Amino acid sequence: MNSASSKQIYSISKLTSKIKVLLEVSFPMVWITGEISNLKIPGSGHAYFTLKDAQAQIAGVMFRAQRRQLKFDLSDGLTIVALGRISVYEPRGTYQIILEYVEPKGAGALQLAFEQLKNKLSQEGLFDNARKRPIPFLPDTICIITSPRGAVIHDLLNVLNRRFCCVAVEILPVRVQGEGAVEEIAKAIRAANRRKRAKVIILARGGGSLEDLAAFNSEDVARAIFNSDIPVISAVGHETDVTIADFVADMRAPTPSAAAELVVPVRSELLVRCAVLHRRCLDSINKILSNYRKELRQHSRALVHPKMKVQSLQMRVDDLSERLHRAGRAFVYSARSRKESYFHKLLITNPVNYLNRNKAVAERSRTRLHQAAMTHVIQNKTRLSALSAALKALSPQAVLDRGYSITRTKAEKSVLTRADEAKQGQALEILLAKGTLNVTVEDASSDA
Amino acid sequence: MAKLSFEEAMAQLDKIVHEMESGQLSLENALKKFEEGIKLSRFCSQKLDETEKKITLLMENADGSLKEMPFDANTLNNVNND
Repeated sequence: MNSASSKQIYSISKLTSKIKVLLEVSFPMVWITGEISNLKIPGSGHAYFTLKDAQAQIAGVMFRAQRRQLKFDLSDGLTIVALGRISVYEPRGTYQIILEYVEPKGAGALQLAFEQLKNKLSQEGLFDNARKRPIPFLPDTICIITSPRGAVIHDLLNVLNRRFCCVAVEILPVRVQGEGAVEEIAKAIRAANRRKRAKVIILARGGGSLEDLAAFNSEDVARAIFNSDIPVISAVGHETDVTIADFVADMRAPTPSAAAELVVPVRSELLVRCAVLHRRCLDSINKILSNYRKELRQHSRALVHPKMKVQSLQMRVDDLSERLHRAGRAFVYSARSRKESYFHKLLITNPVNYLNRNKAVAERSRTRLHQAAMTHVIQNKTRLSALSAALKALSPQAVLDRGYSITRTKAEKSVLTRADEAKQGQALEILLAKGTLNVTVEDASSDA
Repeated sequence: MAKLSFEEAMAQLDKIVHEMESGQLSLENALKKFEEGIKLSRFCSQKLDETEKKITLLMENADGSLKEMPFDANTLNNVNND
C-alpha cells in the first residue's frame, strides 16, 4: 500500500490528458510530407486518411472548411506536403495530425486540379464526342463571350467582318480572369441560352499562364458549356494552351481568330458558288430543253399527216379494189370459158347436133335420093312423054280434034253415051276440041 | 423553303444541279427541278445579302434581363467605368 501510495498513479484520463498536452504543445504546427492512403470522406465532409512513408504511418484528418479551400481533391496515392498540428483523440487514445493546408508534391496544385477535374468530367461523359453538336454553317447571329477590351474582341470582329461582313454579333462582356471570372462566364453562357438569339457561342480569351486561364479550367464553366443548348466554340489562349473548356466545347478553335474563321464561311466565295450553281442550273435546263426539242423534231419528222395517211390508204384501197376486180373478171372469164368449154362439150354431145350431123348425112342421102329420084323421074318422064304421045293419040282430045265431041250432064258431068240417058230440057255441055257448048235437050231420040 | 438553312438550301441546289447535269430527267421533272433550283439559288443569294450587320453589346440590367447597346468606343468606356 505504502509503495502504492508513494507512487504517482494516473488515471487513464489523466495520463491521456498529459500526453495530449505534451504532444499538442510540442508539435503546434509542423510541415510533413507523405502519401495519402485509406482516404474516407463521410457525410460530414471531413476527410479521414492515413499518411505514410516507407517505415511509418500516422492517421490524418482534414476538416471540411480547410478541405474546401483546396483547388484539387485529396486522393489515395497522392504524395502531399502539408501543414498540420498533432492532436490526441482521448476517447480512443489515438493521435493524429490535423491538416490545415495541403499541396501536392511535385506538380503544382493548379496542374493537379486540372488533371483531376479533367478525369472527373471525362468520366461523367462531358467530353464525349457523341454529344458534341454541329456548328451551323452560316449562323445569322453569333454570341461572343469575352472581355470587351483587348485584342481578342477586335481580332474576332476583324476576321468576321472580312469573311462575312453582314453577320449579327452579340457581345457578352465578362471578366476572363481573376475574381468573379468563373461566375461571369458561366452566367453569360446561361444568359445567351435564355436569349435564344445566337446560333453559336464563341467563348474567347487570349493566351496566358495556367493561373490566367483558371476560369476556363473551372468546373462551373465546364458545366455551363455542357448545359448550353447553343453550340459553343472555345477559343482560349494560344494553340498550346488547352483548357477544360476546350474539352467540353462543341468545337475547339486554337485561337480566337481561328474561331472566327471556323464560325462563318467566306461570303464572297459563297456568292460565287451560288452564282455558279445558278448558271449551271440555267445551262442545264437549256441543254435539256434543246435535247428535247431535237428529239421532238426527230419524232415529228417521223410523224405522217393524217391526210397523207388517208391518201396512202386510199391508194391501197384502190389497188386492192382494182386487183379484186381483175381477179373477179378473171374468175368470170375463167368460169365463162369453162362454161363455154362445157357448152362446147355439151354441144358436141347435143342430140340436136347429132341430129344435124345426121341431117347432113340425111341431106346427102336425100340429095342422092333426090337425084336418084330425078333420074328416075326424068327417065319416067321421058317414058311418060313417049307414053303420053302414045296416049295422046288415044285421048278424047285427039278424038275431039278430029271432030268428035263429048256430051256430059251439066250437073253431074257424067258422060252421055246414049241419047236416052238425056231427058228433055236437061242442061248438057258438049266438049268440043276447042271450047264447050252449053245446050238444052230438045228431044232425045233413040236410034237404036 | 423559309425553314431551310443556307447550308441545306445550298446542298439541295447542288444536288439539283447535279441531277440536271446528269441529263437523266424527264422534261416535266427537269422543269420542276429547274424551278426549284432557281428558287434555291435566289434564296441563297438573298440569305447571303439580307443578314444585317449589327454588333451589339449585351449588358445585364439589375433584374437580370439583358439590354442591347451599340458596340463602340463609348460602350467600351462605360464598361471600363464599371
